[in-house]
Amino acid sequence: MRRSRIITFKINGQDIAAREDETILELARQHDIHIPTLCYLEGVSAFGGCRLCMVEIKGSNRLFPACMTYPDESMEITTNSERLKAYRKQTVELLFSERNHICAVCVSNGSCELQAQAYDLGLTHVQVPYINPNLPVDASHAYFGLDHNRCILCTRCVRVCDEVEGAHTWDVMGRGAEARIVADLNQPWGDSLSCTSCGKCVQVCPTGALFEKGTSVAEMRKKHEFLPYLRLMREGRDGGEE
Amino acid sequence: MSKATMATVWLDGCSGCHMSFLDIDERLITVAELAELVYSPLVDNKVFPEMVDVTLVEGAVSNEDDYEKIKKVRAHTKILVSLGDCAVTANVPGMRNPFKPEALLNRAYLENADANQHIPVQVIPPLRKMSVPVHQIVKVDVFVPGCPPSADTIFYVVTELLAGRMPDLTGKTRFGA
Repeated sequence: MRRSRIITFKINGQDIAAREDETILELARQHDIHIPTLCYLEGVSAFGGCRLCMVEIKGSNRLFPACMTYPDESMEITTNSERLKAYRKQTVELLFSERNHICAVCVSNGSCELQAQAYDLGLTHVQVPYINPNLPVDASHAYFGLDHNRCILCTRCVRVCDEVEGAHTWDVMGRGAEARIVADLNQPWGDSLSCTSCGKCVQVCPTGALFEKGTSVAEMRKKHEFLPYLRLMREGRDGGEE
Repeated sequence: MSKATMATVWLDGCSGCHMSFLDIDERLITVAELAELVYSPLVDNKVFPEMVDVTLVEGAVSNEDDYEKIKKVRAHTKILVSLGDCAVTANVPGMRNPFKPEALLNRAYLENADANQHIPVQVIPPLRKMSVPVHQIVKVDVFVPGCPPSADTIFYVVTELLAGRMPDLTGKTRFGA
């Protein structure tokens, strides 16, 4: 059932009137209020995993992921306090420490969303020790590669493969820092029977984790603009709304 | 008042950051007017001076020589600058970290060597277990990421520091730049 009551609330002191069935993140973006994100992607479901879009809501000590939270009447939301900036910086810092993100030799150098977040947040160095995990690169697919060294577990690939392509080749195995993206039942990508080789996962990946074979340093340019259009084209096809 | 002093140090890096420093071109004259370059791979002095105002460090700390050197440099430097991704993140030198040094030496000097296969034990300093950013060994005052940081960024950092200000690098450089 759709809720579509119009409510009024504040983001950073600015009065906003909106339908209550849109998330704080969507509404902020409609009003040109910047909230950083990594796992969020227009065209697939929200996941709330990266924790970069955390915002403050007056009256609560808890932080809320803007991509998963709906505004309420008279809510007062803050998106850019010093506390939030510090947490966001720390989150990106931990992502850098967890895997081997060697920007200088990465296919996505210059067009990577993780690198861009570090730049925007003014992250000049990582204070915690690097974990330096020994991670494989799956180059078994004919056209694409998966470099676990660059993966931030945003699960955009998992969601686009399941929700848009309908193949559900990708999933997540393991827990916490041990979690890995896996094809089918944890087999080489090239052996996957479900993969249609459509390449959507590659295009939505925010880092150099998924890439087209044959791209060298800084050559991989991701195009995920196709997603909202694809969703729009398909609307109404399976009896959904206009 | 005597002129400010400056030094540059080259640890485990490719010298690209030093090249980028030289790429400030004619502005080197401006820097030379502001400070005396008292120790560097670019000048002849073999001994690190008693006290240096600003030292730029290129490279990660990868071997015992790097380790001893950076300890000494820190003790004799007022403002220590990690210049470039190797100093700031360990970058490419750090790509060996998932492997043991022995495995590394075997691959380089035995498995991949066509002739004269042996692991050097003299002259070349022993590798430390891991290649780490400079700030994991000593306190660093200024971080300048980039592979390499641009000449403009380096000129900005150096002139700000020599003018007694802390450079604000927001929006100026990034990892992998």
